[in-house]
Amino acid sequence: MASQGIEVRNLYKIFGPRGKDYVEAVRGGMSKTELNEKHGHVLGLNDINISMPAGQIQVVMGLSGSGKSTLIRHINRLIEPTSGEVLYEDTDVCKMSDSELLEFRRNKTAMVFQKFALLPHRTVLKNTTYGLELQGVAEAEATERAKRWIDRVGLDGFEDHYPNQLSGGMQQRVGLARALTNDADILLMDEAFSALDPLIRTDMQAVLLDIQQELQKTVVFITHDLDEALRLGDRIAILRDGAVIQQGTGQEIVLNPADEYISDFVKEVNRGRVIKVDTIMKPEKVIADAVTIPSGSMLEEAAKKLTNASAMSANVVDSSNAVIGTITIHDTIEAMVTPATH
Amino acid sequence: MGILTEFPEMGRADLRDFKKGIDETFRLFTREYGESIENFFYPLLKFLGWFERLIVATPWPLMILILSGLVWAGSRSWGLVFGTIFTLLVVGYLGMWEDTMFTLALISVATMLCIIIGIPLGILMSKSDRTQSVITPILDIMQTIPSFVYLIPILMLLGIGKVPGLIAVCIYAIPPVVRLTNLGIRLVDKDVLEAADAFGASPRQKLWTVQMPLALPNIFAGVNQTIMMALAMVVVAALIGVHGLGQEVLKAVNNQYLALGMMNGLAIVAIAIVFDRVSQKFGKRLQKHSEVIHG
Ligand SMILES: Nc1ncnc2c1ncn2[C@@H]1O[C@H](COP(=O)(O)OP(=O)(O)OP(=O)(O)O)[C@@H](O)[C@H]1O
Ligand SMILES: [Mg+2]
Repeated sequence: MASQGIEVRNLYKIFGPRGKDYVEAVRGGMSKTELNEKHGHVLGLNDINISMPAGQIQVVMGLSGSGKSTLIRHINRLIEPTSGEVLYEDTDVCKMSDSELLEFRRNKTAMVFQKFALLPHRTVLKNTTYGLELQGVAEAEATERAKRWIDRVGLDGFEDHYPNQLSGGMQQRVGLARALTNDADILLMDEAFSALDPLIRTDMQAVLLDIQQELQKTVVFITHDLDEALRLGDRIAILRDGAVIQQGTGQEIVLNPADEYISDFVKEVNRGRVIKVDTIMKPEKVIADAVTIPSGSMLEEAAKKLTNASAMSANVVDSSNAVIGTITIHDTIEAMVTPATH
Repeated sequence: MGILTEFPEMGRADLRDFKKGIDETFRLFTREYGESIENFFYPLLKFLGWFERLIVATPWPLMILILSGLVWAGSRSWGLVFGTIFTLLVVGYLGMWEDTMFTLALISVATMLCIIIGIPLGILMSKSDRTQSVITPILDIMQTIPSFVYLIPILMLLGIGKVPGLIAVCIYAIPPVVRLTNLGIRLVDKDVLEAADAFGASPRQKLWTVQMPLALPNIFAGVNQTIMMALAMVVVAALIGVHGLGQEVLKAVNNQYLALGMMNGLAIVAIAIVFDRVSQKFGKRLQKHSEVIHG
């Protein structure tokens, strides 16, 4: 069965003993600082509305303390909401009974953690089968299913090692294998790659994209790194002080940052790898004998093709090779270097 | 100004009546329930008696074999195994074999009892701060009150014998297991617990797959301390009629037999060292993979 999307609606989280009492005040516009100074409560999430697409990667981005971890923990209700809904397959996760919630966590979700959170007293294999063990799956079957994912993330031969015998990158591979073995529809990843070295990180992103192409899970991926967000995210939501300040595709955000905070974020981005040729092409007539560039290509690829062919312009073609527009090298390079301004 | 130099005491007659009242009430309680309490502990008495007879009746070479097997299983150290064999041979040669076996039986049963009661209590304590705040002061009292003080009610209730001795030992020795079970569970890494939650572990599954295994090194440190404290109580237990090395020490004290006292005292020390080293080695082995090291 294909994964469903997740609907987060009007979600508020106020940390503190009497959080419920202040929801109205926050709705009325009280800020995080004011709430903290006047009432000693911390605003974790402020009216979050996100439709997380089925079978795609939803990235949630923001600086430290913006509420990313709080948000992702509402999806499997590791944190109780103060008000609002988290809908999956038309049921509100926030209203589930204890036993329904256990079943939901066992069968529908799996999570990967920033600090790996492996069980230190269990081997790689036993860590990987943990979710299945909780579900009551027989050991032989669990082992077989786990082996497949251990191989897939590149840990073949390490089944009997303990986590403290592995490097950070390898430990997170175990974390990923543990989550994937559960075969849950929803994959929750809270800064899963943030603790890894840049090279290993890129490596893991590739592993995730590769696996995602095959499985098409509904992935919620938290990061504070824009490059990672743009590489992985089908959609991106940006949080600040617990509120969503912009959401859309990577290109939408890079081209039209909603405010200063986001333009600061996107300033340093390699635009050539985010913006598609479709964005800058002009619907002009076909150029004879020109280079063709497939629709959906990034500017960087287009520029490379143009310079390789020493051409000034090219045709953009759709999947059936029909020309749908043209681009020039001038426009391409201009779009690549223009910083986003607000 | 007499009130400043003379403490305003309770009237002498009142004080006497007050103490008498408490004694009388307890005596009544003893008369009423003494027998049923004794019956309640009867299985324990049977078990301890059976265990003592079993250990004493086992031929000494077999006993040495069994004990060195246990030491090997616990410590995986040949040095300790040979040390144990040597100690046992010396103790036996000096005529203390039977008493040593009695003491061994008492310590083993007391430790088992402490574990059976102490670990569940520690688990309970780790579940709620309120339980913890009730049990902690009780444990403090059990550890600090002079043991002769609680011998009085135990003697009044159960008289002289093995069971009251065992109970006295357990009261003194149980706090470390309880404390360290509680502490061990509370110290379990929050991130790992959250992971268990995220994968849908029920409270019971969390206890058995995460909390207990990760608390085990601490629990074991508690068991180790419990054993040591039980050994420290051997002489007190002898006071109320428990056989073993402790009684010989008492006899030595009463008659000023220096050599007898030293020998039996050192035999207790030898047992303590063996127990301590084996359980520490075992604890270390448990800990081997439980340390979280990143990178
Ligand atoms: N249990 C809690 N009690 C009180 N305040 C909390 C609690 N958990 C989180 N907060 C607060 O909520 C806000 C959001 O925290 P959160 O951990 O979700 O941020 P984050 O975006 O994940 O940050 P980071 O990138 O550092 O992980 C912060 O201001 C934090 O101090
Ligand atoms: Mg976080």
